[in-house]
Amino acid sequence: MTLAPSILAGDRLALARLLSKIENNLKEGLVSLNELFPHTGRAHLVGVTGAPGTGKSSLVNRLAHYYRHPPQGQTAQTVAIIAVDPSSPFTGGAILGDRVRMQDLAGDSGVFIRSMAARGSLGGLAQATASLVQVFDAAGFEIILIETVGAGQAEVDIARLAHTTLVVEAPGLGDEIQAIKAGILEIADILVVNKADRPGVESTERSLKNMLQFGHPTSRSMRLEGNVDCGEDAATLDASTLWTPIILRTVATQGDGVPELASAISSHYQYLHETGKWEDKERARLQNELDGLLKDVLVTRWRATIPRSKYQDALNKLVARRMSPHQAVADLLDGGSSR
Amino acid sequence: MSERRIRVLVAKPGLDGHDRGAKVVARALRDAGMEVIYTGLRQTPEMVAEAALQEDVDVVGLSVLSGAHMALVPRILELLKANGQEHVKVFVGGIIPDEDIPRLQGMGVVGIYGPGTITKDIIQDIRDSVLGESVS
Repeated sequence: MTLAPSILAGDRLALARLLSKIENNLKEGLVSLNELFPHTGRAHLVGVTGAPGTGKSSLVNRLAHYYRHPPQGQTAQTVAIIAVDPSSPFTGGAILGDRVRMQDLAGDSGVFIRSMAARGSLGGLAQATASLVQVFDAAGFEIILIETVGAGQAEVDIARLAHTTLVVEAPGLGDEIQAIKAGILEIADILVVNKADRPGVESTERSLKNMLQFGHPTSRSMRLEGNVDCGEDAATLDASTLWTPIILRTVATQGDGVPELASAISSHYQYLHETGKWEDKERARLQNELDGLLKDVLVTRWRATIPRSKYQDALNKLVARRMSPHQAVADLLDGGSSR
Repeated sequence: MSERRIRVLVAKPGLDGHDRGAKVVARALRDAGMEVIYTGLRQTPEMVAEAALQEDVDVVGLSVLSGAHMALVPRILELLKANGQEHVKVFVGGIIPDEDIPRLQGMGVVGIYGPGTITKDIIQDIRDSVLGESVS
């Protein structure tokens, strides 16, 4: 028997065990995941990214607390948190310290926090993060907060995974040129200026506002690299259905601005449903996952079919500069026909 | 392709506010290739057990300098067991009087480390206890 039925029945230990089995790429985990998949697609996936030290974990803590203890008249929602921290490129070890900021959530069975090491993945998430999200979704968690590795400029994987992406900034981190660069700021549905009690908050906020004003409305469907089979093109763009990112100030350590942030997240949720973008996002996300898996499996299968010596031979020719990388690929795949 | 990484929860239950030792150990375990979940100061036994469950750790390392180990450690062992996590290996570091060591070991604590311990020994003990008998 797999762990899936216990998880659907609310068994937290089974849930925790399955997450590990999936992280460790065990067959047993993948079989349970297949069983759980039909139960997914209900949760609101909220990504939280930003540079190290901007206060992502503290903000996640406050947000989760707010969802568990909403103002009177609103129903509490269950929250799962996935917090990703980097792995050492040398030893593979990791210190996962995000829970330190999430003490307020202890003792609440409506919350489940899981720390994850990136294990060599570079886009701000771990390879198994999307699968862990599916497990939490199937287990019935209504909001899933996904905190990325402290991210610089290009760790944009989160926008492919989450329905709503928050990018957390703090005063004093960069000038206006940083703000108009492509990448992480572009993916924000909501821009949060955290630590708003610190000096410089006005200028940070102004830079972000200017950045948004420079921009003309662009399609916010993520491009899939090397894949034109997805997303809307310019002709189908309707400016009236475009989302304008919201800029908000918070002080996560005090909880200031958190109700406003929660309400911005919920208006983005409504926007996605009213415009049909929720389905678009789901489709793009699943396509991204499918393509990623296909690539992995194709490479693994192909590697199994060619002798190791042939591969080593191609690598040696590369090192000796007798072949370019493109030629080596052609050589390995078609016996050098494109030389 | 399966990648087995030892997951360790390093926690400081109780009220003492000195976590340098816990951080040194956490860092050493990281450098030994383990994934260390660090939860910070002033944890109740309930918080430690809850984190151990959610993180599905192989090992819980407790740092206690306050002298309250004979109250805190048994309670944590009891909670781990109640949660179905009797397989988790518990290690204790800090100021533990000699006469308490056999009592803690009798309760199931795998390793006890005082000042001057070499982190290499802790790493080896963790590897032996986790990988020595593990299947999944």
